Amino acid sequence: MDKVIIADNLTLAYSQSEAIINRASFSVNSGSFVFITGASGSGKSTLLKSLYGALKPNGGSLVVGGVELKKVSNSKLNFLRRHIGIVFQDYKLVREWTIEKNIMLPLIINGYEKNVITSQVDSLLQHVRLKHQAGKYPQELSGGEQQRVAMARALSHNPILILADEPTGNLDDYSSQLIWNLLEGANTQLKTTVIVVTHNIPKNMNVNYKHFHIEYGSIREVN
Amino acid sequence: MKSIKNHLSLVIALVSILFSLQVLVITDRAIMSYKEQLASQYSVVVVAKVSLKQEQFLKMDPLIKSATALSPDDVIKRLNSGMDKKNIELLKLTLPKFYKLHLKHYPTPQEVQDLTKKLLKQKSIVKVENFAHTHDLVYKLLVLFKTIIVIFTVAVFVVTSLLIFKELRIWQFKHSERMNIMGLFGAPMWLRSAVLFRLAIVDAIIASIVSFVVFVYLSTNSWLLEQFKTLNIELVIFNPIDDLVMFLGVSVILATILATMIVLWHKEEV
Repeated sequence: MDKVIIADNLTLAYSQSEAIINRASFSVNSGSFVFITGASGSGKSTLLKSLYGALKPNGGSLVVGGVELKKVSNSKLNFLRRHIGIVFQDYKLVREWTIEKNIMLPLIINGYEKNVITSQVDSLLQHVRLKHQAGKYPQELSGGEQQRVAMARALSHNPILILADEPTGNLDDYSSQLIWNLLEGANTQLKTTVIVVTHNIPKNMNVNYKHFHIEYGSIREVN
Repeated sequence: MKSIKNHLSLVIALVSILFSLQVLVITDRAIMSYKEQLASQYSVVVVAKVSLKQEQFLKMDPLIKSATALSPDDVIKRLNSGMDKKNIELLKLTLPKFYKLHLKHYPTPQEVQDLTKKLLKQKSIVKVENFAHTHDLVYKLLVLFKTIIVIFTVAVFVVTSLLIFKELRIWQFKHSERMNIMGLFGAPMWLRSAVLFRLAIVDAIIASIVSFVVFVYLSTNSWLLEQFKTLNIELVIFNPIDDLVMFLGVSVILATILATMIVLWHKEEV
């Protein structure tokens, strides 16, 4: 099975003195569903940042989608990011754009044709139950609704990898369930690799998943 | 309202650059016109032992446009009291030949010096009067005037470029959240910064149009035209096509360069 992520002796740090992740090695197979857990400040989000190239490894190597991220050029990093869908805890939606335009963003960047963009966005708005809110701006929506928009945006371009940073952190049960269903659907139906950073793994998951736990800078797989 | 204010600061900065640039162009045109006028009036007087033809003078220096022989009649008139015709003719033959040389353009002091040297090298020429002192003074005044205008234009250009740069940084700061989000989804630099470039180019076009209107008005202003007429200077204050192209070129290129610098210095925030 192809590996989407290969980390070898990976060290991540914001300053030279203290490593957040210290010489960790792990890999993620294509099409798998992975949870990353750990206490607050353990380095879960830091690890996720490194997976989309926002933080470069200080040591070891990190290969995502065949791209070595330690010495990656801007154009190669952009290319990789065009094949990744990211869901942030704080949604990161563009406030001046309608939710419809927010969802379109990865499709525009990937150069999809206008009719494809329209139909894809339409279908995603239905999936996240926000069709009636298409023309609204993010700040006019609740937190749960904004996260559903972020989820639709992450799925819009059928990425090979979805990275989600505590996607249901502050959400109500209805929105949380919808988000988990969408992530499961992407994984089972589209064979998208999904990596979720979370404090708690939901009990009613309908997919087989891998579980990595981060503690004191090291990453271990939990059986 | 706030948005108009933001645009205004960039448009005003660009208009001041275009204004000072056009002042420089007008000054240059006025000086050129004045130099042409001076060139038509300016001449070098040459005294030769023998008669010389215009072609011979033209071969001596490419700066020479024409040569006219000065008639010795005036001199002879003063001397002819009691002289018979035969003696007058004899005198005419022994008198040196005087020529007035007109030049192709108003020469620099160096060109005058070189020309004088070249002429004096000719065996047939015995004396050259170039009126260098008067010429030097006028020329130096013109050069000084132009230098002052160039310094003024450069100063305006530098100061306003810094203002534009600062304004673009404010815009970039305003749009940085959107630019960062676009970057997270792999948008190339040009796409992330498209808004910044669009705003800069639109403002550059607005500034060019404003400057165009101002100078079209000034070029038809009777008071201003009267001033140039008084100075006996004929010039085109504003050439609608050429100068508009210059306005658009300068403002769009400047705004684009400054926007590019802002974009290249932008660091991704995560």
